[in-house]
Amino acid sequence: MNEIIQATHVYFSYDEEDALSLPVLEDVSLSVPEGQFLAVLGHNGSGKSTLAKHFNAILLPQQGRVVVAGMDTADDDRLYDIRQTVGMVFQNPDNQIVATIVEEDVAFALENMGVPPDEIRRRVDDALRAVGMYEYREHAPHQLSGGQKQRVAIAGVIAMRPRCIVLDEPTAMLDPRGRAEVMKTLRALNRDYGITVALITHYMDEAAQCDRVVVVDSGRVLMDGTPREVFRQVDRLKSVGLDVPQVTELMHQLRQAGLPVRDDVITEEECVRELEKLLG
Amino acid sequence: MIKDITIGQYFPGRSPIHRLDPRVKILLTLGYIIILFVARNAWGLALGVVFGFGAYLISRIPLSMILKSLRPVVPIIIFTAVLNMLFVDGEPVFEWWIIQVTREGISTAVFMAVRIICLIAGTSLLTYTTSPIALTDGIERLLSPAKKLHFPVHELAMMMTIALRFIPTLIEETDKIISAQKARGADLESGGLMQRARALIPILIPLFVSSFRRADELALAMECRCYRGGEGRTRMKQLHMGAGDAAASAVVILCLAGVIAMNILL
Repeated sequence: MNEIIQATHVYFSYDEEDALSLPVLEDVSLSVPEGQFLAVLGHNGSGKSTLAKHFNAILLPQQGRVVVAGMDTADDDRLYDIRQTVGMVFQNPDNQIVATIVEEDVAFALENMGVPPDEIRRRVDDALRAVGMYEYREHAPHQLSGGQKQRVAIAGVIAMRPRCIVLDEPTAMLDPRGRAEVMKTLRALNRDYGITVALITHYMDEAAQCDRVVVVDSGRVLMDGTPREVFRQVDRLKSVGLDVPQVTELMHQLRQAGLPVRDDVITEEECVRELEKLLG
Repeated sequence: MIKDITIGQYFPGRSPIHRLDPRVKILLTLGYIIILFVARNAWGLALGVVFGFGAYLISRIPLSMILKSLRPVVPIIIFTAVLNMLFVDGEPVFEWWIIQVTREGISTAVFMAVRIICLIAGTSLLTYTTSPIALTDGIERLLSPAKKLHFPVHELAMMMTIALRFIPTLIEETDKIISAQKARGADLESGGLMQRARALIPILIPLFVSSFRRADELALAMECRCYRGGEGRTRMKQLHMGAGDAAASAVVILCLAGVIAMNILL
């Protein structure tokens, strides 16, 4: 499959003089095929946000390299092409909305890119419809809920027609409803538009909905696989301070109590089925 | 609560004046100011007053808003009127000790007061009928020739937009900080002026720190969306001048011509 992001042996430290004594990223290699829905898991300070910032040339690796759709992120001439290919959404929706009207904000990136006005209008409307915020196009951002604001931020990024979007804990500041809205939007974008999604998160239930889970700890890739493969390793995840989805935890404890249930359960339906089987 | 503060004084509406191109509206407001200053006699000024009234009626902004906009300048109006009354020479109508009020003084005072009232009411109409964003947009485009002189037009407009965008956010945040500090026993309501000013410090410092953090994140988000200054930027919303703009300009120009004619003839 076509690789949209390819990181090879990336080392990075915020201390520029003594880069290798306190590395935030240490020999990280990761490749993301186009169209994948990827979750990057890790607790605070694991380096997951730093890794995300390498995906669209906000940070450059001190050693190793990151290639985005065939472009090296260290190549200054392709900077804007890279940023257009890999869009980025941040944690706090308030701090990434620039304009005072929703549709103006969605147009911001396109205006920067010098797209003609008619084309901007069309793409803004498309992007707002794709995230289900078209009816709110003339609202002021501060009239919206957190989840709605975050969807506007996502619209502002997908209006650039990126092939990949990277989201750095987009749901961390949202209430459960807002989180559900954002996840639904992301899944729809991935499924209907084929946009690659890299979701940085520390919510296990969000990671469980992805195609692939990468666990980062102390600047290294600790685990990499499907949610099932990763979450069945309950003890290993717990050793690095991460949880597993509640249903997986339940199954794990039942197994420890000696009951015959599967160890790779990640959805509630599977869990119910296992329990039904158990209760006869 | 602080949250209820409205920013700017925009009255949303769909009147012909609301729909004028913001660039035209700014220029016509300037034109109106010129009319008021060119008028040298009562007839010219009366024309200015009639024009202002007419504009308010067309815009369907309640006339009580004129009073509201005048409230902060009442001291200035009284001050100028009194000065004019006392210090203009002419035929005395009232004398007491060293104070002398003349006929000319009274008429100048009234003239000046009316002029200031029209000035404030006229410029307020601009902000009543134009949203802050449209205003920023209009200013940016009107000033765009100044770019050739390396005047940072786009940057100024961007700063204004961001300021407008973040005022509600920061107000909300101030509210939260105030509640948080009150919960920790901060006393904001009692004491003298100095004590109250000092009580604001624990509110302003967190607000400042968080503003810097916000600015940092916003800059990053803007960079991620390919922001690179005003160079080569396009705009989604183009401003269009239409028949309404032409008509409004014609009216203002006719008014100006009328005032000049009255200056010469009367």
